[in-house]
Amino acid sequence: MSEQIDERLRTELQRQGVWVTSMQDLYNWGRKNSIWPLQFGLACCAIEMIATAASRYDIARFGGEIFRPSPRQADLMIVAGTVTKKMAPQIVRLYNQMADPKYVIAMGACAISGGPFKQGYNVLKGIDRYIPVDVYIPGCPPRPEALLHAFMELQSKIDSQKLTGAHKAVHLDPKQPSEFPVPTFGKHDLEPPGNPVVFQPPKIER
Amino acid sequence: MMESLEEIKARIQAAAPGVKIDIVANGSPSQQHSLLIDNEHAVGIAKFLRVDPALRLDFCSNATGVDWLDRTVKKTVKVKKLVDGEEKEVNETIEGKIPGYLEAVYHLYSITHKHGPVIIRMRTADRTDGARLPSLTPIWRSAEFQEREIFDLYGVRFDGHPDLRRILMWDEFQDYPMRKDYREPDDYEWEPTPHDEVLEKAKQHYPPRPAEEELKPS
Repeated sequence: MSEQIDERLRTELQRQGVWVTSMQDLYNWGRKNSIWPLQFGLACCAIEMIATAASRYDIARFGGEIFRPSPRQADLMIVAGTVTKKMAPQIVRLYNQMADPKYVIAMGACAISGGPFKQGYNVLKGIDRYIPVDVYIPGCPPRPEALLHAFMELQSKIDSQKLTGAHKAVHLDPKQPSEFPVPTFGKHDLEPPGNPVVFQPPKIER
Repeated sequence: MMESLEEIKARIQAAAPGVKIDIVANGSPSQQHSLLIDNEHAVGIAKFLRVDPALRLDFCSNATGVDWLDRTVKKTVKVKKLVDGEEKEVNETIEGKIPGYLEAVYHLYSITHKHGPVIIRMRTADRTDGARLPSLTPIWRSAEFQEREIFDLYGVRFDGHPDLRRILMWDEFQDYPMRKDYREPDDYEWEPTPHDEVLEKAKQHYPPRPAEEELKPS
């Protein structure tokens, strides 16, 4: 919770019927409990995402049931499925059109790394080559519980974001980019094949 | 029961003399032999297969491509030669080159008669400029997207196709990914568990091994 208020004092005040909070806590509490995902699916992971939104798993319990069909109204992009190279520029463009603060969940093996199609010619080897990803979920496809877990991870991430200071949230820092270059269709591959600002392949130690 | 390919071939050639048709045997257990038709008369043959009352092949369920690279075939031939002043039969191996070509394969069924498939093939002259075939879309509308796919992935140009564009890859793409000599873009810089071919590709991105002098304890 907040460092600005002494926990014991706050509990004591609550006992007396006084509720004390900080701007940061209130702001993050509101944000984390009404995450509106962008409504789109790319492959079979989208079926699991739909199941998560339906009554059995019910993402509404976490405040994420309002899937918006417009990027202007969405806070969260769930990249649910295989990102083909032909689709990748559109995904980046949708991300750019979302308003800050915005978050990305890479759902499933394909969105993380290309999955079973990693060695193919037409599938992007992970959406994190072009846009920053907040939570990765492994699985092929991940179960709805896994998506809910990712959602809760994202909530705790939002809850811990600072509004001020040196470590404030990325979306509050005007120097940090909120849009990323859209790759173009090249003669043999997407150009560029990755955004070095966002993605650096792990160094191989030998 | 549908007539055999030999009978179909004979009836086509009786209806239109001068048409070249070969039967390509399939040695596998499926025994799905096919008719290799010549490109010049392909549309006419296709029309015959479609309208002939006994065949009525009114449904093209599948069209696909095959890439055949250049091949060298070795043949042993008995040649008469003068050996030590005597004429003898000697075995000699001759290397023959078969130039590569691309193929389009169509699987035809009849909804009317509930029979099929009849498989027809067409071959291009070569794998470069001559990679052209007549389009069978005017005969079977269902071939439209599949011929576009063959064009996209194999680079066969279909003459007479109403809308020949790439269908899966983007328009700016210049390669034909299903060809056997296609090399995909090299983005193997990060492979967590490479093996076989992928290992060879990933190795090109590995940092060089330190020289042996550096490894020695000083």
